[in-house]
Amino acid sequence: MHAINYESPKTIAEAVKLLAAHGEKARPLSGGTDLIIQLRAGTRRPEFVVDVKQIPELHRISFSLQHGLHLGAAVSCIELHENADMRRYYPGLTEAAHLIGSLQIQSRASVGGNLCNGSPAGDATPALIALGAKARVVGPNGERIVPVETFITGPGRTVLQPGELLVEFLIDAPAKHSSDAYLRFIPRNEMDIAVVGVGGALTLDLDDDRVVDARIALGAVGPTPIFAAEASKSLIGKKFDAAAIENAARLATSVATPIDDMRGTAEYRRHIVGVLTSRVLTIAAERARHNEQR
Amino acid sequence: MSESSPHENFKVIGTRPIRPDGVDKVTGRALYGADYALPGMLHGCVLRSPYAHARIKSINIAKALKHPGVKAIVTAEDFPVVKGVMAQVGELIVNTHYLSLNIMAREKVLYDGHAIAAVAATSRHIAQEAVELIEVEYEVLEPVMTAEDAMKPGAPILLEEVRTKLMEHRTDPGSQEGPDRPSNVPGHIRFERGDLVAGFRGADFIVEREFSTATVHQGYIEPQNALALWSADGHVTIYCSTQGSFNVRTLTASVLCIPEGSIRVVPAEIGGGFGGKTTVYLEPVAALLSKKSGRPVKMVMTRAEVLRATGPTSGTKMKVKMGATRDGKITAAEVWLAYEAGAFPGSPFAPGAMCTLGPYVVENLRIDSFDVVVNRPKVAAYRAPGSPASAFACETVIDELAEKCGIDPLEFRLRNGAHEGTPQPAGPAFKKIGFVETVEAIRDSEHYRSKIDGPNRGRGVASGFWFNGGLQSSATVNIHTDGTVSVVTGSVDIGGTRAVQAMIAAEVLGVAVEDVRALVADTDSTGHTDVTGGSRIALATGMAVYEAAHDALTQLKTRAAKLWEKKPHEVAFSDGAFTAIGNGVPPLTLKQLATRLARTGGPVTGRATLNAGAVGAVGNAFATVCVDVEVDPDTGKVRILRCTIAQDVGRALHPSYVEGQMQGAMAQGIGWALSEEYFYDQKGVLRNSGLLDYRMPTCLDLPMIEALIVEVANPNHPLGVRGVGEVGIVPPMAAVANAIYRAIGVRMTELPMSPPHLLKAILDRRNQAVTQAAAAD
Repeated sequence: MHAINYESPKTIAEAVKLLAAHGEKARPLSGGTDLIIQLRAGTRRPEFVVDVKQIPELHRISFSLQHGLHLGAAVSCIELHENADMRRYYPGLTEAAHLIGSLQIQSRASVGGNLCNGSPAGDATPALIALGAKARVVGPNGERIVPVETFITGPGRTVLQPGELLVEFLIDAPAKHSSDAYLRFIPRNEMDIAVVGVGGALTLDLDDDRVVDARIALGAVGPTPIFAAEASKSLIGKKFDAAAIENAARLATSVATPIDDMRGTAEYRRHIVGVLTSRVLTIAAERARHNEQR
Repeated sequence: MSESSPHENFKVIGTRPIRPDGVDKVTGRALYGADYALPGMLHGCVLRSPYAHARIKSINIAKALKHPGVKAIVTAEDFPVVKGVMAQVGELIVNTHYLSLNIMAREKVLYDGHAIAAVAATSRHIAQEAVELIEVEYEVLEPVMTAEDAMKPGAPILLEEVRTKLMEHRTDPGSQEGPDRPSNVPGHIRFERGDLVAGFRGADFIVEREFSTATVHQGYIEPQNALALWSADGHVTIYCSTQGSFNVRTLTASVLCIPEGSIRVVPAEIGGGFGGKTTVYLEPVAALLSKKSGRPVKMVMTRAEVLRATGPTSGTKMKVKMGATRDGKITAAEVWLAYEAGAFPGSPFAPGAMCTLGPYVVENLRIDSFDVVVNRPKVAAYRAPGSPASAFACETVIDELAEKCGIDPLEFRLRNGAHEGTPQPAGPAFKKIGFVETVEAIRDSEHYRSKIDGPNRGRGVASGFWFNGGLQSSATVNIHTDGTVSVVTGSVDIGGTRAVQAMIAAEVLGVAVEDVRALVADTDSTGHTDVTGGSRIALATGMAVYEAAHDALTQLKTRAAKLWEKKPHEVAFSDGAFTAIGNGVPPLTLKQLATRLARTGGPVTGRATLNAGAVGAVGNAFATVCVDVEVDPDTGKVRILRCTIAQDVGRALHPSYVEGQMQGAMAQGIGWALSEEYFYDQKGVLRNSGLLDYRMPTCLDLPMIEALIVEVANPNHPLGVRGVGEVGIVPPMAAVANAIYRAIGVRMTELPMSPPHLLKAILDRRNQAVTQAAAAD
């Protein structure tokens, strides 16, 4: 591990200024559960580390049925998991955050960091995409809103330009009879990384059990997390039954572009996409049927 | 907890006192290798090969030497050229030439991670930076990654001097084999008896299968480390994490070509070893860097270094053909085993051959076993080295034969079970053993008698055999002036052996175990003691402690006789007190007598040194396990629902420790069965050199493992003790495979039975069924 400079700004403006001044050589630090390891392994070599944990806005969770959710980028997975609104309105995202590492890791790691790390296998990302989450990014030229499904551009790469900082996620309040779910496949029972991750969100019309809205997202089966647009669209307006699930699972499988590696073969991963998509949709639908909020 | 071994005659043995090393460990005060520091200490780092197989054309250290803070750099040029000597080091036979080449590559690198140079600098970070400044020019060669490929004609050759020779041939000891040309197979051993053809002719059922197992690592949590100080007078002191301080001394001396007596090795508290810490990697390097820099040098491996460059155990390729009569009698077995040694000769191919089929009476057999070099790290010992792989093969085939015969798999084992007098595959007959008793313990267990219900669930059993090591041990028992006792040995405590040594001394001397402190001395402070391995410490060092305590007791009787003006034989000792026979003096406890030692001739120290016998001659261990699994047929993931292990331990000195050994061995076996494997890419680069992707089971992946202690006393031990540390890892892989078969009808012959492998087997079987159904239409 080489020598680095460390700063801990208290405001977004200060952080952006520091990041902009050092450009490509700077890297924001939140929980550090990815960055510190990358520094040690030498896979990232920033000269400047900007710790964003002291910025209050990045720690905010605010939810109302009227305005939806503002989730600060540096909110730790534990804080997220312990938040009653998160558990009630976004169970899929909450369970995704609760799957990341151990309890010790979760008390450091953040959903924002999980996304900015740019890994295709991050657990929170498919859950965010399923919810249609948007990322609010602030940079030297002001702010912009980026849909999470376009945030990661390649393994370890994101849309963030030098000087830009992910501040928070914006997610709509869930409609009546909607819910989400996230499942990942790991060889062990805990303390592992997704071989495949699938997030799903559904809104149902209970009068005729039809799907009003659906979003399916895949992790660890391509260079970036994938929004399975065709699979999602295939469900909308359809009766939610075994045939619809199977069809969606098949379409989700067809957009997966996995590789062979030590975590599984491409063939295996494609198969698991189908299995998990079916399971995620079943869980999300079950939750949606019981969601009488609003 | 119920006492599993209530022995009326014992007061201490068989109880479960609190472990004496526990408080320091849980409060973080125990000193592990990485905790040591000396004034002026430098930090060393190793440059390692990024290639699996390459010729080193040049090494340029000029830039690295100029890096500020760098004090010394060593390459193979700094090491003496070591001639090939086969040295017996404890249970290991070590070729010191290859040991030297493994520690620092000369001319060729033979695996990803092979050490090429080492730097000592004023900080670890500087040393790392300097390592990156060393320039190496390679001529990259084609790697050979598996035994199967390495044995093919025309395979790239790793070591030009290797020829294949039959090392042992029981029917024709003079025969040699193999053309006199370079080969990747430095060893071939064969055991043969009876008439195979007749044996198979007499079989009603014959099963023939091929198997393979992956390279797996011991997974000790503490990485290798060494702190060395080469003093100006030529004496070398080494602090390190090792299973055998005397091993480290012998091996370091042989690699550096210096006298053994000039080295003192101080063994630190050890954070796991499982056999992997019975050899040296960093110790000679740190010593040489210290010599060159004139300062103490500390080296600690990273996890990636541990996985890339220390010895795991062999991957294997195996073939088994076995026949049985309709009533479940094994008639013949033909076994072919190939063990990957890694880059240098020395896989456990011989014990693998000696142990497979060990639990059974097999009149007609032939076992061939091969040692094969491949471009992977040189293997080291791992819990019952060699036996788990060959047991996986044979125990799976036995399950299939039992099924064909329609006989319960435990009953099948009982019908063929080895007893006292049964010849082992390697020839010698067993003395008193408890194999059948372990099978009966599982058969009669609540677990095996319970029903297993539900879809995709199944139960499997398997058995295993492993030797006990005897070897050399020394012990001293000091009686202190306040009546407390210290026990000093050279046996590194890896499985709770300090506790049992204190218990043995307390039992003999009639004192409370809390009054006995056991400690591990360095190589200058105690007599020669062989490695902590081969399940030998409670057994052999325990025997030395038993004798040393008796020696002290004899001297104490003499002292009491002196006090009472009696003859020593007129003093009796029972219930912790000395009494004079035949007159009315009040008895003296050991504590009371201890305060009077000064007046009767000075301190009392009991001592004993012994060689408890060759590996296998001193005792044998057997285990039988039962595993329930549930398979997710959509993902191929296996959940372990319940498992039980029965093991013949001779006598359980401290039942909690014994159960811990059985449970730990079984946990490692399940990891080996389901998830652990070295994953190399096409170029022979290790892709999972971290504990995220080298998957060992966590406590969330295993249920509580039920341990059934079976006690068939070892006739070669005064307390009946058998070694307990290893055999439990032998049966689990086959038991899990057999359970998976009962759950979903798929016979797995490849380890690990990871989700991708298992799902593929499930889908292949499903597709086959569909094809067959279509053909039938």
